[in-house]
Amino acid sequence: MSLLSRFANAFRSRKVDRDIEEELQSHFEDAQAEGREPVEAGRAFGSRLRAHEAVRDAIVAPWMESLLADARFGLRQLWKQKGTTAAAVLSLGLGMGASMAAFRLIDAFLLRPLPVANTGSLYVFGTEGRDERGQAAIQYSFDYPGFRQLREAVKDQASMMAIADPQRINLTYSSDEAMERVYMQYLSGRTFADFGLQPAAGRLFVEDDDVTPGTHPYAVLSYDYWVRRFGKDPDVLGRKFRTGNDFFEIVGVAPEGFTGTEPGMFTDLYAPTMMYNPEALGNQNWHWFKPWVRVRPGVDIQEVRERLGSALLFHRQEQVKMYPQGTPQKQIDEYLTAPVILSPAAAGVSDLQRNYGRSLEILGLLVAMVLLIACVNVANLMTAQAAARAREMALRVSIGAGRARLIQLVMVESTCIACAAATLGIAFAWWAAPFVVGMINPVDAPVRLALPADGRVTGFAVMLTGLVTMLFGLAPALRASGVRAASALKGGDNARSRPRLMAVLVAAQVGFCVVVQLVAGLFVSTFQRLANQPLGFSPARVITLESVTPADQRPELWYQVADRLRSLPGVEHASVATFALMSGSGWNGNVWANGRTPAGFRAPWFLGVSPGWLDTMRIPLLDGRQLRPDDTFPRVAIVNQTFARRYFDGQSPVGKTLETMAGGTKRVALQIVGLAADARYTGMRGPIPATVYVPFRAVDEQAEAKLENHATFLVRTKDANPMSLAASFRQEVKQAGSGFRVANIRTQDELVRAQTIRERLLATLSIFFSVIALVLAGVGLYGVLNYAVTQRQRELGIRIALGAGVKDIVGRVTIRVFAMIALGVAGGLALGISIERFIDSLLFGVKATDPSMLLWAVLAIVAAAALAAIPAVLRALRIDPATLLRAE
Amino acid sequence: MPKQDSLQGALDVMVLKLLSKRSRLHGYAIMAAITESSNGVLRVEEGSLYPALRRMEEAGWLRAEWISREGGRRARVYEITAGGRKQLTAEESRWQAGTAAVNQVLRMA
Repeated sequence: MSLLSRFANAFRSRKVDRDIEEELQSHFEDAQAEGREPVEAGRAFGSRLRAHEAVRDAIVAPWMESLLADARFGLRQLWKQKGTTAAAVLSLGLGMGASMAAFRLIDAFLLRPLPVANTGSLYVFGTEGRDERGQAAIQYSFDYPGFRQLREAVKDQASMMAIADPQRINLTYSSDEAMERVYMQYLSGRTFADFGLQPAAGRLFVEDDDVTPGTHPYAVLSYDYWVRRFGKDPDVLGRKFRTGNDFFEIVGVAPEGFTGTEPGMFTDLYAPTMMYNPEALGNQNWHWFKPWVRVRPGVDIQEVRERLGSALLFHRQEQVKMYPQGTPQKQIDEYLTAPVILSPAAAGVSDLQRNYGRSLEILGLLVAMVLLIACVNVANLMTAQAAARAREMALRVSIGAGRARLIQLVMVESTCIACAAATLGIAFAWWAAPFVVGMINPVDAPVRLALPADGRVTGFAVMLTGLVTMLFGLAPALRASGVRAASALKGGDNARSRPRLMAVLVAAQVGFCVVVQLVAGLFVSTFQRLANQPLGFSPARVITLESVTPADQRPELWYQVADRLRSLPGVEHASVATFALMSGSGWNGNVWANGRTPAGFRAPWFLGVSPGWLDTMRIPLLDGRQLRPDDTFPRVAIVNQTFARRYFDGQSPVGKTLETMAGGTKRVALQIVGLAADARYTGMRGPIPATVYVPFRAVDEQAEAKLENHATFLVRTKDANPMSLAASFRQEVKQAGSGFRVANIRTQDELVRAQTIRERLLATLSIFFSVIALVLAGVGLYGVLNYAVTQRQRELGIRIALGAGVKDIVGRVTIRVFAMIALGVAGGLALGISIERFIDSLLFGVKATDPSMLLWAVLAIVAAAALAAIPAVLRALRIDPATLLRAE
Repeated sequence: MPKQDSLQGALDVMVLKLLSKRSRLHGYAIMAAITESSNGVLRVEEGSLYPALRRMEEAGWLRAEWISREGGRRARVYEITAGGRKQLTAEESRWQAGTAAVNQVLRMA
């Protein structure tokens, strides 16, 4: 209260003075009324002025008053230099805005703790394995029988939860006509309790909700979904919905703010793990959830890790007993000795985090460099201004202002600029962060990120403002305060000492700019290379119709619907497959053929397709025959070139057989009837994998047809825009009867493009930042050169008068700055090359040391510098010695 | 201004004491009352009273208010707050302990 009033009083000093004066005056009036002599009363009172000042000091914060005076003066000063101020605020605002946006994203994605109790003791259980490229990677997915063993092994030290990845499902609250798509996440019964969450309505799951497979048809809504879908209707409790053939009853709503465990996705519904596919619950090869660990208080994490390690070894020893004959011992050993990894999971764990975490960090780095460039700019502007104000400062010194007071004066001005820039930046970040999130939209599953403007974001903005003020304000303030009164007032300071600081700043600026250009060049090149990777099939004019039926249907019926589609006008070709290529779905299976199963590669991919599928996708058949309508799985197969190379040393495999697993543990033999050209199955990086195409039409051991309720029709249209026919396709599928329904329509082009979203995002944003960096650096160079010309006007004038040539003048003006640029370029390239290994995983087919990459970065900055130098050089050449010397 | 810690403290405690007995006094009345109750022995420099009053107001021990007096003029009157009473109790016992100690030393010597 008291500090506040002292602050407030600083803002109304006139009223404060009047009040004090009135009170003191009433004292003298009282004295007079009592009959005291004014002289005596005055003597008894002491110095009236001193009393006034003492009262004032008691009720006004004096430093606040001087700050206010400085702020008023500073604002007036800034207003006078409108152009400079605007340039400073704008460039700084852009830099700060980008930094704040980057922070919002990085915080929301990677740092912000989940809104659950005690996040410090949360871990995700993973094991070391290999990714598609055969490189070491942590694998989090786990199987349920194994999870039970792990949970039992550490039950006294930690509590374990099974939390599946959110999956897109179709559900309906009424009829099939009103299907909705939501994200559903299966989790074990204790999860909510372990997270310390309380329901917003109804109840959350308890352990008893997760005991027997298939008997706990309950669902908990997320708060967000409850608000979005039901408008917080409390009557939603007890409502039932259907997904597939399962009914669920809504029993509660999770608390506000809890959006699931995977940053980047919002889960709408939670269901107990026991309601997951019953086959999966008993299958130790079915990996479908992440095991989470909450370590109990006082337990050493090392102990938990060791116990989990031995339980895992036991589980895996059981698993490898089921391995087929001929599995390489090395592969088995690697599997058995894989260490347990407990990753801290305070901020949640998601594939999106893994995919985009590094990208966001790199963007943050680029943004920081842009901000530094902006800071250098403003520091240069302020330094130039401080030099121009040397006389004012000298005057202040000569009437008794201390050094600290001068520093305060300049720092207050800097703070004003920083605050204005911060305001601009906040506005920019407000818009930019959701905009960037909107750019990460894998087909059909746009990223959703909670981006609250809370204490963390505000705190960052305040800290950033302070830091930026120090960065660009301190050097000019020190310089301004170090003025030597005598020489400055005389009008001639030591001209040589001034530009040194500026020169260093220019070198730094150019260095950062080069790094940004280099990184941007790498990302753009990566995106271009990836987007132009050969696919092996033609995605143009192909539309994918992901379709479902309420009850399982015979494969022949699916073939018939494909035929119906093919007969529509405007259709070139149509077929059906288990799913579309590049759709993100996949089916792997171990294969033995020609007496081998090559080690060191991921098991071949499988895809069930209808007879015309190769033609629809325009994948050439190189040998053998196409599939026929009466072909079935597991009887025949078509393989691709990579498969032939890997298993048959490039010999044609037509007529040979391959063996694979069907229906769990049974080995079946398929006759290879055709050889297809290579085509991408999933992902744009890496070589095209070995692939086996089998008939969509499958039969079981009794030769009974296997029924399907889910597949994707592929239609190649004659029209260049396949979406124009989407409505008629949807209609046609529905008219096929038996409840056939299109659940999702996407073009094949869309699916292919979705493979490079991250690269497109990085390329777009890094181009954006590289342009800003170039512009800012150019403006900065312009300012420095211009200033140098102003400073040396007299000297240059004399030289021109003495007959110096154009070349000489241009050289004198620019040589120093260009030397600094050269230094900056060298430093920037070195820095850029050294950070390459941090972005290595994001690159494709390029290296920072590629001459074309280096050349691009250098050319960009040299061009910008040359452009920036032109006005200053022209000004130097136009100096008229006569006018100049007359003015002196 | 030279620091007069002991005297400053004395002024504070006297003002608090006075205001705990009689409420709503203005500066001149407080000064006069101090002079009177000390039988004219203690004469504060009248000008130093006002900063002291304001300081104690800022500290939350006093509350002040402007009142109109006859002749259209205003006067600033002070009264003690709960915090001021607490402070007074503490200060009073401190003063008494202090003076008792001084007295004892004077007797012993």
